[in-house]
Parts: sequence; C-alpha cells; structure tokens
Amino acid sequence: MAKLKYALYTGCTARESTPELLMSTLAVAKKLDIELVLLDEASCCGASHLQDFDDFLSLVLNARNICYAEKQELDMVTICNTCQLNTVMTKERLDGDEDLKSQVNEKLAEVGLEYKGTSSVRHFLYAIIDDYGLDRLAEKVVKPLDDFNIAAFYGCHNIRPSHLHRKHNAVERDVGEGGGEEGFEKVELMSKYNSGENPYNPTSLDRIIDALRGKSVDYESKNKCCGFHADLQAPHTAHKLTGTALLDAIDNNADMMVTPCPLCHLNMDVKQDSVAKEMGRDIKLPILHLPQLIGLALGIDPQELGLQHNVSEPTFV
Amino acid sequence: MSSERITKKLTFKTFRFNAETDFLPYFKTYEMEVGKDELVLDILNRIKWEFDGSFSYRRSCRHGICGSCSIKVNGKPVLSCKQNVWELVDIFETDTLLLEPQSRKRVVKDMIIDKKDFWQKHAELKPYLVAEIDEHPKEEIKVSPHEAEQLLEADYCIQCGNCYYACPVVEVNENYFGPAQFAKAYRFNADVRDNAKRERLEKVREMGPGVWDCVKCFECAEACPKDVDPIGKITKLHNQIFEEGLAQDNVATRHAVGFKHSIVKHGLLDEGELVRYSEGTLGVMKHLPEAVAMFKKGKIVMPWNMPKSKNLDEIKTLVKSSSKVKF
Repeated sequence: MAKLKYALYTGCTARESTPELLMSTLAVAKKLDIELVLLDEASCCGASHLQDFDDFLSLVLNARNICYAEKQELDMVTICNTCQLNTVMTKERLDGDEDLKSQVNEKLAEVGLEYKGTSSVRHFLYAIIDDYGLDRLAEKVVKPLDDFNIAAFYGCHNIRPSHLHRKHNAVERDVGEGGGEEGFEKVELMSKYNSGENPYNPTSLDRIIDALRGKSVDYESKNKCCGFHADLQAPHTAHKLTGTALLDAIDNNADMMVTPCPLCHLNMDVKQDSVAKEMGRDIKLPILHLPQLIGLALGIDPQELGLQHNVSEPTFV
Repeated sequence: MSSERITKKLTFKTFRFNAETDFLPYFKTYEMEVGKDELVLDILNRIKWEFDGSFSYRRSCRHGICGSCSIKVNGKPVLSCKQNVWELVDIFETDTLLLEPQSRKRVVKDMIIDKKDFWQKHAELKPYLVAEIDEHPKEEIKVSPHEAEQLLEADYCIQCGNCYYACPVVEVNENYFGPAQFAKAYRFNADVRDNAKRERLEKVREMGPGVWDCVKCFECAEACPKDVDPIGKITKLHNQIFEEGLAQDNVATRHAVGFKHSIVKHGLLDEGELVRYSEGTLGVMKHLPEAVAMFKKGKIVMPWNMPKSKNLDEIKTLVKSSSKVKF
C-alpha cells in the first residue's frame, strides 16, 4: 500500500490554545507512517462567525485555504470539526455554482490563485478509518485501553448537516454485486460498508475506541452540542449544554471523554469549574483529544502527546 | 420472487402520560410485525386500533403537509407520516424503538404536546405580509423570478415543530425565539412586497431571544422534514442585521466582526484578542480564572508570540478587496 499523504489544515486552536492537539496529531501520524504536510499559508476559517458578518469574505478565505492543498495535489485533512464544516460548506457552494465560483476566483486571481475543486476535504478521523483502516490500527496497539470506560463526544460539525458529512467525510465504497433492490436494501448496504454515519447514531469514535480495546460508554449526549459557539454571548446556555453532556458521561461511568474537536475540548476541558457551578454538581473528568487517545494506545510517550497541556488532568497515565 | 409479505418483529416502547390523571409518565411496550413500507404513523394507528383505544396523538393530512403528526423516535425528530420504520431499524441497529412526544415537559396526553410557546413566538415575529394593499388594483404586484427565489426554501415550512423541539437552546433558554420562528421571519423579510423587515430585525437582534444565542449545532437543519434549513436562514438574518445598519455594539456583534480584525492582522485568529475585543476591557475580567488555568498549562499565546499565516500579504489583499460589509 502506498504511503498515505495529506495536506493538514490545522486551524487556529491547534496553534494556540490546544497545542497538544497538533503535537498528538503529528506524533500519531508519524507512528502510523502517514505523511502530513502543514498548510502554513492557511488562514482562519471564520469559525462559523465571520460568515454572519461577511459571508463573501468567508467564502474567499476558505477557498484560498483549499487552493493550497490543490496546488500540492493533495487531499486536505482537518483536525477541527468547525474548520471541517466551514471548509466543506465553501467547497459545496463553489462546486455547485459556477457563477459564485467565478466571483470568488476573480478575487483569488488578484493574488495569483485559482480554486478548482480538485482536493477532497475530510476530518483526519475519517482518513484513519477509511484510508488507514481500523484493522491495521488495532494491530499497532501496544497498550490496550481495556481498563477504561471511554465516552465518545462527537461534536456537531462532524455529523450535522448529514448530507454534507456523507458527501465529504465518507468515502464511497464499492459494495460489490448484489446491492439489492432499489430502495431499502440499498440504504442498508450503504450504511454498513462505508464510514458514513448517522447523526442520530454516530459510530466512528466508538469503533476507534473498540479498535484500541477500550470500552465505549453508551450515553445520550454523545451527539449533542457543547454550546461553544455561544460561549461569549450566552454563557449560561453554553455552560448548561457542556454540563449536561459531561454529567451524562459521568453518570454512565465514564473514566474519560474523547473528542475529535478542539472547540468541544476547550469547553469540556477548561471550563469544568464554571460549568460545575452552573450545574450545582462537582465535575471532574479527564478530556482527551482523539489523537491523544490513539497515541496512548500506540505506546507514544504522554509528553509527546502534550498531555501536560490538558487542564483536566489525565491522572490515569 | 415470492409474493409472501416480508415483515420484521419490532417492539415499540411507548411514552404514556395523561396530564389530567397521571402523577408520573410511564412506558408501555407493543410488539408487532412490521412490513417494509410501513410508516411511523401506521404504527401509531395500529397501537390505537389494535392495542389501546385511549392512546392519543395528532394526525390529519397523512401526506406531509399539515405538520401535526411529529414525534421523536429514539431521539430522532420525525414527521410520522413520512418516516419509514425499517429505515429507523437500520439507523439505530435495533428492533426496539422508543416512541416519545416531541417534548416531554410539554405533554398533554401521550404524543400530544402543548405548542403554546411555539405559536406565541411565531406570532411575535409577524409571520405574515405587512404591506399597504390597494383594494382596487389596476394591475398585479410584480415580483421577478429572481426576487421570488430569495425566499429560498423558507416558504416550505409546515410548522411541525421538529426543529424547535430539537433545538438545545430552546431547551435551556425559554425566551429564545427558535429556529422555525427565525426561518419564518426570514421568509417575510426576503419578500419584496413586505414592509416590516426592520421591525422584525429589531426583535431578532436582541441578545437572549434573538439570533445571537444560536449555538450553531445544526440540529434544526437535520430535523426538518422539508429541508427548510433554518440555520441557513438564521445566518441570513445575521447578514440582514449588518446590511440594514441595525447591528448594536455588543459582545455578540463584536465577536463576529472581531474575526475580520484578527484575520487581516495575523491570518489566523488571535484567540485572546478576540475575547478582549468582544467582551471589552472590563468584561474580559470574568474570564480571568480560566485564563490563569490555561496559562499554567501553556495554552495561552502571548501577543509577541502570535503565529501568523505564511503569505499574509495575500490575505490582507483579499480582505481589502472582498470585504464590503460595514460595522
């Protein structure tokens, strides 16, 4: 199998408030022999707020980011759910509207760039599942996580809206002969044989936990919202949503929580004290980034995974 | 191919409660053989007709137009008359499905909820055309195809409430208007014949009830059986607030605008500066305990170490030439 190689769009948080996310992503990629080329030219995606103010500017900036992956003829991977959503929302709109694409390209031409639509954009999580493979990942496990109950927290922007997620994050797989009659049987086969997940019953993180031989926690809040995007303007709303999810995980015996999104991580990890006040209950739960969890099972040194940067201290290490 | 009818044996765990007589809600389970074309509404009918005539739910048109038969199955908001049952079995990988009302705390009886707050909030945003109408017109009011297209999908809403009762903000903030209401406000704001655009925007721009409290979870877009995409309309309302010069100077608007300031300076977002700019120098103090905890863990980048995107000149050029919105 050829060596896997992607352009990595880190987003802003991995370069600032969650340095451990970038550290652990690079460490895991190295261990799995996946080559990641950092897109240092990329700007902020606007984090779903810039488009509220200036939609066209947000499109141009996101298109520019994709251009840099296209220039290197690489598919792009992201490590933040919100970067993922903003990038594919841009891609979807430009690929489906020649007028809009030429308006954006008119601007990009001023700096010598052109958006073509040739690179796919996926969260790194799905590249690991679909391109690397869970069986191969399982073979690499040297420190199985079988002592731990792990609560997967999916993060909205990787699972909703599902039509975008299915189109961009999931890889269409050949399901072979006998795809069944039109209609129901076909739907059944699709969901079993590709990584597309349903927003009401997502499974990717749980399947990774399973491959790392941990026990995944079954709890209602796994696909709910942490409220991050209203942190500043509606702190009570955000705290309640974060608190509800954390307590749900705790009440279902979670020893830790894992998330593929650094924004969910910031709310869950950094805000436990203020969330506990809002909820009127103590909250102490270690929160890991997905590559930190994978890295631990692969036997990577905790320092290299940046665990010293986690506020909710992972005392079990 | 066999003409024999293929069925699956399924169990329906069903929420039961009568607000007039019951102290607590309870669940009753019904088992039945379900064919591949049966809809959730067929199951509700069969529970009533084959098991318990006292079982209550709303239904009317049976073809996805009246919006009265919405419930939740395993937490997924569904319009009963459009949702195939086998598809749910496939999604949830189970033969036991949980039938619940859209909102447990609003239950009147079984699947029937009190939608009073939903309708009140609708009414507050004037969900109708506000226009001076000539009672004896000489010609029709002309709306160009392009103008009509601006309504987008907002006109398809059947007010089933799927998005409203899926919205986590509605759940924790009783003043929040809600996604269906915002989609409706957009529908009339986008209508060239309407004269109440600014009036509606003055309501939806308020912090607490208004669009700024949206958490951007996309539950509404996912829940909608008509593809109205309410969150897309919420974004449009944000845009209208700025376009009409109605944006107030507050933490929410500064938060949206702050991204542009940061991007033009660094390419990347300056997280610390965004919080300071949004909250103001005094407001930022309430974040001090968390800032200290983050600093101790090496999570705060000092201004002199702020990373910058490569080829920052390009970004500056693009912001200058592409950005037209004023604040």
